[in-house]
Amino acid sequence: MYHFPDICYSVREVVYSAIIEVAERGLVHTGKREVLLVGGVAASKYLRRKFEAMVKERNVKLYVVPPKYAVDNGVMIAWTGLLAFKSGVQVRPDEAFIKQRWRIDRVDIPWIK
Amino acid sequence: MRPSLNKDGGLIGLTFHGSNKLRLITAGAEAVIYEGLFLKLPSVFKVRISKPYRDRRFDSLIRKERTLSEARIIIAARKSGVHAPAIYYINADEAIIVMEKIEGLLLRDILDKLTDSERCRIFIDLGKNVGILHKAGIVHGDLTTSNIVIKDNNVYLVDFGLAKYSNEIEDIGVDLHLLLRAIESTHYEYKDVLFSCFLEGYRKVIGEAELELVLNKVKEIRMRGRYIEERRNRGV
Repeated sequence: MYHFPDICYSVREVVYSAIIEVAERGLVHTGKREVLLVGGVAASKYLRRKFEAMVKERNVKLYVVPPKYAVDNGVMIAWTGLLAFKSGVQVRPDEAFIKQRWRIDRVDIPWIK
Repeated sequence: MRPSLNKDGGLIGLTFHGSNKLRLITAGAEAVIYEGLFLKLPSVFKVRISKPYRDRRFDSLIRKERTLSEARIIIAARKSGVHAPAIYYINADEAIIVMEKIEGLLLRDILDKLTDSERCRIFIDLGKNVGILHKAGIVHGDLTTSNIVIKDNNVYLVDFGLAKYSNEIEDIGVDLHLLLRAIESTHYEYKDVLFSCFLEGYRKVIGEAELELVLNKVKEIRMRGRYIEERRNRGV
Protein backbone atom coordinates (compact mmCIF):
# COMPACT_ATOMS: atom_id res chain seq x y z
CA MET A 1 0.00 0.00 0.00
CA TYR A 2 1.20 3.48 -0.83
CA HIS A 3 0.69 6.43 1.39
CA PHE A 4 -1.00 9.20 -0.59
CA PRO A 5 1.08 12.13 0.82
CA ASP A 6 4.25 10.13 0.00
CA ILE A 7 3.25 9.91 -3.62
CA CYS A 8 2.51 13.64 -3.78
CA TYR A 9 5.82 14.46 -2.13
CA SER A 10 7.72 12.19 -4.50
CA VAL A 11 6.12 13.67 -7.60
CA ARG A 12 6.85 17.18 -6.39
CA GLU A 13 10.48 16.35 -5.55
CA VAL A 14 11.13 14.76 -8.94
CA VAL A 15 9.45 17.51 -10.96
CA TYR A 16 10.95 20.44 -9.04
CA SER A 17 14.41 18.90 -9.05
CA ALA A 18 14.17 18.45 -12.82
CA ILE A 19 13.19 22.12 -13.32
CA ILE A 20 16.12 23.31 -11.23
CA GLU A 21 18.55 20.93 -12.86
CA VAL A 22 17.63 22.30 -16.29
CA ALA A 23 18.09 25.87 -15.00
CA GLU A 24 21.44 24.90 -13.47
CA ARG A 25 22.65 23.28 -16.69
CA GLY A 26 21.57 26.41 -18.54
CA LEU A 27 23.59 28.59 -16.16
CA VAL A 28 26.71 26.48 -16.55
CA HIS A 29 26.35 26.23 -20.32
CA THR A 30 25.82 29.96 -20.91
CA GLY A 31 27.97 31.30 -18.07
CA LYS A 32 25.12 33.62 -17.05
CA ARG A 33 24.88 34.89 -13.45
CA GLU A 34 21.15 35.49 -13.01
CA VAL A 35 17.99 33.40 -12.83
CA LEU A 36 14.53 34.82 -13.37
CA LEU A 37 11.67 32.72 -12.01
CA VAL A 38 8.38 33.61 -13.70
CA GLY A 39 5.07 32.03 -14.68
CA GLY A 40 2.48 30.20 -12.61
CA VAL A 41 4.94 27.90 -10.89
CA ALA A 42 6.88 30.91 -9.55
CA ALA A 43 4.06 31.26 -7.02
CA SER A 44 5.29 28.13 -5.24
CA LYS A 45 7.23 29.02 -2.11
CA TYR A 46 8.65 25.55 -2.00
CA LEU A 47 10.10 25.82 -5.51
CA ARG A 48 11.49 29.20 -4.60
CA ARG A 49 13.29 27.73 -1.58
CA LYS A 50 14.84 25.07 -3.78
CA PHE A 51 15.95 27.67 -6.31
CA GLU A 52 17.47 29.71 -3.47
CA ALA A 53 19.56 26.70 -2.45
CA MET A 54 20.81 26.25 -6.01
CA VAL A 55 21.72 29.89 -6.68
CA LYS A 56 23.46 30.17 -3.31
CA GLU A 57 25.74 27.31 -4.19
CA ARG A 58 26.38 28.63 -7.72
CA ASN A 59 26.82 32.16 -6.35
CA VAL A 60 24.38 33.66 -8.85
CA LYS A 61 21.37 35.94 -8.37
CA LEU A 62 17.74 34.89 -8.23
CA TYR A 63 14.81 37.11 -9.09
CA VAL A 64 11.25 35.93 -8.50
CA VAL A 65 8.20 37.64 -9.94
CA PRO A 66 5.73 38.72 -7.17
CA PRO A 67 3.00 36.08 -6.72
CA LYS A 68 0.19 38.41 -7.81
CA TYR A 69 1.82 38.66 -11.25
CA ALA A 70 2.91 35.05 -11.42
CA VAL A 71 -0.31 33.39 -12.54
CA ASP A 72 -1.58 35.31 -15.54
CA ASN A 73 0.71 37.26 -17.82
CA GLY A 74 -1.88 39.87 -18.85
CA VAL A 75 0.04 42.45 -16.84
CA MET A 76 3.28 41.57 -18.62
CA ILE A 77 1.61 41.98 -22.01
CA ALA A 78 0.03 45.29 -20.99
CA TRP A 79 3.37 46.54 -19.63
CA THR A 80 5.17 45.52 -22.81
CA GLY A 81 2.49 47.31 -24.82
CA LEU A 82 2.95 50.46 -22.75
CA LEU A 83 6.73 50.41 -23.23
CA ALA A 84 6.27 49.83 -26.96
CA PHE A 85 3.77 52.70 -27.17
CA LYS A 86 6.15 55.06 -25.39
CA SER A 87 8.90 54.06 -27.81
CA GLY A 88 6.75 54.95 -30.80
CA VAL A 89 5.53 51.46 -31.67
CA GLN A 90 1.83 51.90 -32.45
CA VAL A 91 -0.89 49.77 -34.00
CA ARG A 92 -4.37 51.10 -34.79
CA PRO A 93 -6.97 48.97 -32.97
CA ASP A 94 -8.85 48.20 -36.20
CA GLU A 95 -5.60 46.92 -37.74
CA ALA A 96 -4.62 44.83 -34.73
CA PHE A 97 -4.76 41.05 -35.03
CA ILE A 98 -3.76 37.96 -33.09
CA LYS A 99 -0.35 36.48 -33.91
CA GLN A 100 -0.03 33.18 -32.06
CA ARG A 101 3.39 32.38 -33.49
CA TRP A 102 4.90 35.64 -32.26
CA ARG A 103 7.73 34.53 -29.97
CA ILE A 104 9.30 36.73 -27.33
CA ASP A 105 12.69 36.41 -29.03
CA ARG A 106 11.17 37.96 -32.21
CA VAL A 107 9.73 41.08 -30.58
CA ASP A 108 11.64 44.29 -31.18
CA ILE A 109 12.39 46.10 -27.91
CA PRO A 110 13.42 49.65 -28.86
CA TRP A 111 13.22 50.71 -25.19
CA ILE A 112 16.34 48.72 -24.43
CA LYS A 113 19.55 49.98 -25.97
CA MET B 1 28.64 19.90 -0.40
CA ARG B 2 32.12 18.75 -1.34
CA PRO B 3 32.44 15.04 -2.02
CA SER B 4 34.45 13.08 0.45
CA LEU B 5 36.97 11.62 -1.87
CA ASN B 6 38.87 9.45 0.56
CA LYS B 7 35.98 7.83 2.40
CA ASP B 8 36.35 4.62 0.46
CA GLY B 9 38.55 2.28 2.45
CA GLY B 10 39.81 0.33 -0.52
CA LEU B 11 41.37 0.97 -3.85
CA ILE B 12 40.29 4.54 -4.27
CA GLY B 13 41.93 5.65 -1.03
CA LEU B 14 45.32 4.86 -2.52
CA THR B 15 44.82 7.23 -5.39
CA PHE B 16 43.43 10.17 -3.47
CA HIS B 17 46.09 10.19 -0.79
CA GLY B 18 49.66 11.28 -0.58
CA SER B 19 51.66 12.85 -3.33
CA ASN B 20 49.23 11.97 -6.08
CA LYS B 21 47.29 15.20 -6.20
CA LEU B 22 44.13 15.39 -8.21
CA ARG B 23 43.86 18.38 -10.48
CA LEU B 24 40.44 20.02 -10.79
CA ILE B 25 39.56 20.26 -14.46
CA THR B 26 35.95 21.42 -14.61
CA ALA B 27 33.01 21.90 -12.30
CA GLY B 28 30.04 21.12 -14.50
CA ALA B 29 26.35 21.27 -13.72
CA GLU B 30 26.16 17.84 -12.15
CA ALA B 31 29.70 16.57 -11.78
CA VAL B 32 33.19 17.71 -10.90
CA ILE B 33 36.00 16.40 -13.09
CA TYR B 34 39.49 15.80 -11.74
CA GLU B 35 42.59 14.43 -13.41
CA GLY B 36 45.27 12.42 -11.75
CA LEU B 37 46.87 9.02 -11.54
CA PHE B 38 44.92 5.90 -10.72
CA LEU B 39 47.21 2.93 -10.14
CA LYS B 40 49.82 4.98 -12.01
CA LEU B 41 47.54 5.37 -15.03
CA PRO B 42 46.59 8.88 -16.21
CA SER B 43 42.91 9.03 -15.33
CA VAL B 44 39.80 11.14 -15.23
CA PHE B 45 37.79 11.16 -11.98
CA LYS B 46 34.15 12.07 -12.45
CA VAL B 47 32.37 12.81 -9.19
CA ARG B 48 28.65 13.53 -9.17
CA ILE B 49 28.07 16.07 -6.44
CA SER B 50 25.21 16.26 -4.02
CA LYS B 51 22.61 18.94 -4.73
CA PRO B 52 21.21 20.93 -1.78
CA TYR B 53 17.85 21.41 -3.55
CA ARG B 54 17.08 17.69 -3.77
CA ASP B 55 15.63 15.55 -1.01
CA ARG B 56 18.64 13.72 0.44
CA ARG B 57 17.19 10.26 -0.28
CA PHE B 58 16.29 11.17 -3.83
CA ASP B 59 19.66 12.86 -4.30
CA SER B 60 21.71 9.81 -3.37
CA LEU B 61 19.49 7.57 -5.48
CA ILE B 62 19.83 9.77 -8.54
CA ARG B 63 23.62 10.12 -8.21
CA LYS B 64 24.05 6.41 -7.70
CA GLU B 65 21.85 5.41 -10.62
CA ARG B 66 23.34 7.92 -13.03
CA THR B 67 26.84 6.81 -12.08
CA LEU B 68 26.02 3.16 -12.69
CA SER B 69 24.14 3.88 -15.88
CA GLU B 70 26.94 6.00 -17.34
CA ALA B 71 29.58 3.38 -16.52
CA ARG B 72 27.46 0.54 -17.94
CA ILE B 73 26.81 2.43 -21.14
CA ILE B 74 30.48 3.29 -21.66
CA ILE B 75 31.39 -0.37 -21.17
CA ALA B 76 28.68 -1.49 -23.62
CA ALA B 77 29.79 1.12 -26.15
CA ARG B 78 33.39 -0.09 -25.94
CA LYS B 79 32.30 -3.69 -26.34
CA SER B 80 30.58 -2.73 -29.58
CA GLY B 81 33.76 -1.14 -30.85
CA VAL B 82 33.15 2.53 -30.13
CA HIS B 83 36.25 4.48 -29.13
CA ALA B 84 35.49 5.58 -25.56
CA PRO B 85 37.47 5.71 -22.29
CA ALA B 86 38.11 2.46 -20.44
CA ILE B 87 36.41 2.28 -17.05
CA TYR B 88 38.94 1.71 -14.25
CA TYR B 89 36.82 1.97 -11.13
CA ILE B 90 33.26 2.68 -10.02
CA ASN B 91 32.01 3.67 -6.59
CA ALA B 92 28.25 4.00 -6.88
CA ASP B 93 27.66 5.13 -3.29
CA GLU B 94 30.11 8.00 -3.64
CA ALA B 95 29.04 8.56 -7.28
CA ILE B 96 32.58 8.29 -8.60
CA ILE B 97 33.76 6.90 -11.92
CA VAL B 98 37.46 6.63 -12.61
CA MET B 99 38.24 6.21 -16.28
CA GLU B 100 41.04 6.33 -18.79
CA LYS B 101 42.21 9.78 -19.69
CA ILE B 102 42.22 10.03 -23.48
CA GLU B 103 45.41 11.99 -24.01
CA GLY B 104 44.33 13.93 -27.03
CA LEU B 105 42.83 17.26 -28.00
CA LEU B 106 39.22 18.42 -28.09
CA LEU B 107 37.86 18.45 -31.61
CA ARG B 108 36.37 21.86 -30.82
CA ASP B 109 39.83 23.33 -30.28
CA ILE B 110 41.63 21.86 -33.28
CA LEU B 111 38.94 21.91 -35.96
CA ASP B 112 39.99 25.27 -37.36
CA LYS B 113 43.64 24.25 -37.56
CA LEU B 114 43.03 21.20 -39.72
CA THR B 115 43.07 20.96 -43.50
CA ASP B 116 39.86 20.24 -45.41
CA SER B 117 40.80 16.62 -45.99
CA GLU B 118 41.81 16.07 -42.34
CA ARG B 119 38.51 17.53 -41.19
CA CYS B 120 36.58 15.28 -43.52
CA ARG B 121 38.53 12.18 -42.50
CA ILE B 122 37.81 12.89 -38.82
CA PHE B 123 34.10 13.35 -39.48
CA ILE B 124 33.94 10.10 -41.46
CA ASP B 125 35.55 8.41 -38.45
CA LEU B 126 33.10 10.17 -36.14
CA GLY B 127 30.21 9.00 -38.32
CA LYS B 128 31.42 5.41 -38.02
CA ASN B 129 31.71 5.66 -34.23
CA VAL B 130 28.26 7.18 -33.82
CA GLY B 131 26.88 4.59 -36.26
CA ILE B 132 28.31 1.74 -34.19
CA LEU B 133 26.94 3.36 -31.04
CA HIS B 134 23.44 3.69 -32.47
CA LYS B 135 23.54 0.19 -33.87
CA ALA B 136 24.35 -1.03 -30.36
CA GLY B 137 21.17 0.62 -29.11
CA ILE B 138 22.84 3.57 -27.38
CA VAL B 139 22.38 7.29 -27.92
CA HIS B 140 25.03 9.68 -26.64
CA GLY B 141 22.76 12.58 -25.73
CA ASP B 142 25.38 15.34 -25.95
CA LEU B 143 27.24 15.04 -29.24
CA THR B 144 29.13 18.30 -29.45
CA THR B 145 32.69 18.93 -30.58
CA SER B 146 33.56 19.49 -26.90
CA ASN B 147 32.80 15.83 -26.22
CA ILE B 148 34.92 14.46 -29.03
CA VAL B 149 38.62 13.90 -28.44
CA ILE B 150 41.19 13.33 -31.19
CA LYS B 151 44.12 11.14 -30.25
CA ASP B 152 46.59 9.79 -32.80
CA ASN B 153 44.20 10.84 -35.56
CA ASN B 154 41.44 8.70 -34.06
CA VAL B 155 38.08 9.87 -32.80
CA TYR B 156 37.09 9.16 -29.18
CA LEU B 157 33.67 9.85 -27.72
CA VAL B 158 33.69 11.09 -24.12
CA ASP B 159 31.15 12.26 -21.52
CA PHE B 160 28.31 9.77 -21.62
CA GLY B 161 26.58 11.59 -18.78
CA LEU B 162 23.41 12.10 -20.83
CA ALA B 163 23.61 8.81 -22.76
CA LYS B 164 20.87 6.21 -22.64
CA TYR B 165 19.85 2.91 -24.11
CA SER B 166 17.43 3.45 -26.96
CA ASN B 167 16.55 2.07 -30.36
CA GLU B 168 13.89 4.72 -30.91
CA ILE B 169 14.25 6.59 -34.16
CA GLU B 170 13.25 9.74 -32.26
CA ASP B 171 16.23 9.47 -29.89
CA ILE B 172 18.63 8.65 -32.70
CA GLY B 173 17.30 11.60 -34.66
CA VAL B 174 17.77 13.92 -31.68
CA ASP B 175 21.37 12.73 -31.34
CA LEU B 176 22.16 13.71 -34.94
CA HIS B 177 20.11 16.90 -34.67
CA LEU B 178 22.19 17.99 -31.68
CA LEU B 179 25.42 17.28 -33.51
CA LEU B 180 24.20 19.26 -36.50
CA ARG B 181 23.18 22.17 -34.29
CA ALA B 182 26.54 22.08 -32.52
CA ILE B 183 28.42 22.21 -35.82
CA GLU B 184 26.17 24.97 -37.12
CA SER B 185 26.63 27.17 -34.10
CA THR B 186 30.35 26.75 -33.55
CA HIS B 187 31.82 25.82 -36.95
CA TYR B 188 29.41 27.47 -39.35
CA GLU B 189 31.82 27.92 -42.24
CA TYR B 190 32.17 24.21 -42.94
CA LYS B 191 28.97 22.79 -41.57
CA ASP B 192 27.75 21.29 -44.88
CA VAL B 193 30.95 19.47 -45.74
CA LEU B 194 31.39 18.25 -42.15
CA PHE B 195 27.90 16.81 -42.04
CA SER B 196 28.20 15.11 -45.41
CA CYS B 197 31.54 13.55 -44.35
CA PHE B 198 29.89 12.45 -41.12
CA LEU B 199 27.05 10.83 -43.06
CA GLU B 200 29.54 9.02 -45.29
CA GLY B 201 30.94 7.19 -42.27
CA TYR B 202 27.57 6.81 -40.59
CA ARG B 203 26.00 5.30 -43.73
CA LYS B 204 28.75 2.67 -43.94
CA VAL B 205 27.73 1.31 -40.54
CA ILE B 206 23.96 1.60 -40.49
CA GLY B 207 23.13 1.20 -44.19
CA GLU B 208 21.20 3.25 -46.72
CA ALA B 209 17.66 2.27 -45.68
CA GLU B 210 18.14 3.10 -42.01
CA LEU B 211 19.96 6.31 -42.89
CA GLU B 212 16.97 7.53 -44.87
CA LEU B 213 14.66 6.91 -41.92
CA VAL B 214 17.00 8.75 -39.58
CA LEU B 215 17.48 11.72 -41.89
CA ASN B 216 13.75 12.13 -42.37
CA LYS B 217 13.37 12.18 -38.61
CA VAL B 218 16.16 14.75 -38.27
CA LYS B 219 14.35 16.97 -40.77
CA GLU B 220 11.10 16.58 -38.82
CA ILE B 221 12.81 17.41 -35.50
CA ARG B 222 14.42 20.45 -37.06
CA MET B 223 11.05 21.74 -38.24
CA ARG B 224 9.77 21.67 -34.68
CA GLY B 225 12.26 24.34 -33.71
CA ARG B 226 11.11 27.85 -33.08
CA TYR B 227 13.93 29.60 -34.84
CA ILE B 228 13.84 27.89 -38.19
CA GLU B 229 13.34 30.11 -41.25
CA GLU B 230 11.39 27.46 -43.19
CA ARG B 231 8.91 27.16 -40.40
CA ARG B 232 8.70 30.81 -39.54
CA ASN B 233 7.71 31.60 -43.11
CA ARG B 234 4.85 29.14 -42.95
CA GLY B 235 3.09 30.90 -40.10
CA VAL B 236 1.78 34.44 -39.76
